[in-house]
Amino acid sequence: MTGELVIAIAVLAVGTFGFRFAGPLLRSRIEVPVRVRTLLGIGAAVLLAAVVATNALADGQSPAGFAKPIGVAVAGVLAWRKAPFLVVVVSAAVVTALLRLAGVP
Amino acid sequence: MRTIHRTLGALDRGPLRDIALVALADGVVGLSYGAISTGAGFGPWLPVVLSLVVFAGASQFLFVGLIAAGGSPFAAAVAGLLVNIRHLPFGMAVADVLGGRGRVLGSHLMTDESVAFAMAQENARRRRAAYWACAIGIFVCWNLGALAGAFAGTVIGDTDALGLDAAFPAVLFALVLPSLRDRDTRNAAVTGAAIALVATPFLPAGLPVLLALAGLLVPAGRR
Repeated sequence: MTGELVIAIAVLAVGTFGFRFAGPLLRSRIEVPVRVRTLLGIGAAVLLAAVVATNALADGQSPAGFAKPIGVAVAGVLAWRKAPFLVVVVSAAVVTALLRLAGVP
Repeated sequence: MRTIHRTLGALDRGPLRDIALVALADGVVGLSYGAISTGAGFGPWLPVVLSLVVFAGASQFLFVGLIAAGGSPFAAAVAGLLVNIRHLPFGMAVADVLGGRGRVLGSHLMTDESVAFAMAQENARRRRAAYWACAIGIFVCWNLGALAGAFAGTVIGDTDALGLDAAFPAVLFALVLPSLRDRDTRNAAVTGAAIALVATPFLPAGLPVLLALAGLLVPAGRR
């Protein structure tokens, strides 16, 4: 079992590094046109937005309940109203924690 | 050391404080990751080594969780890899920030947060500084957290009770918000997020987020 585990960890580690390093490696070999560079920047924003949405509203493959989405929504409105970063982050955690304490799933 | 100092010197105190906050929060989540792993019956070496060599939180939780639930280690590695594919387009986007020297280390330390912090800065020097500060800060805190959690056990067993699972998307949202002022980016991001949400119940973790890239076709098609 331990041998299998070690190999599995190595596969995950090497594969993950490969994904991370492929971009910088490729970009150092080929000249990327400005239009593509802009698209890559937008692509990163799209991925981050998708990470936000799936993390806020889902818990793995099932719905996240109400406490977390409400906490993230409150933080989102505060961020949109240009509240300080600290206030945004702490509000997400505090609102969610209080709702859970009150028994909201 | 002097190079690091000069790189990070481009940042004001504000962003540095924000980065420290995020790194500390990640450290607490790392604590629970370490505790959950040993609680599931793994030796303390596993969460610690996994954190150092993989360094991608979501895939680590998934890897440990799947094996603890009786899954095969290889299936768990494949599931973890699916979650981590998004680092490929991230790497394409932040290649400039990583630059020539330190590319290997900088790639290994890539996280959603470091990419988001870099993107939120207005010029190249600050992007580079924010990326490195966040990457190093999170690497140190996450691994110390995992180490402490693995050996000290459950001081904080369930970070959900602290609402920390809500802090992660809030951090990324606050950082991605400025780039959503651009209409093309906003259209693509909203469409992509909707696609990811619809796909989430049906596809394994990681793939819905990748599918979101189809949102890029929206502004391109309109031109």
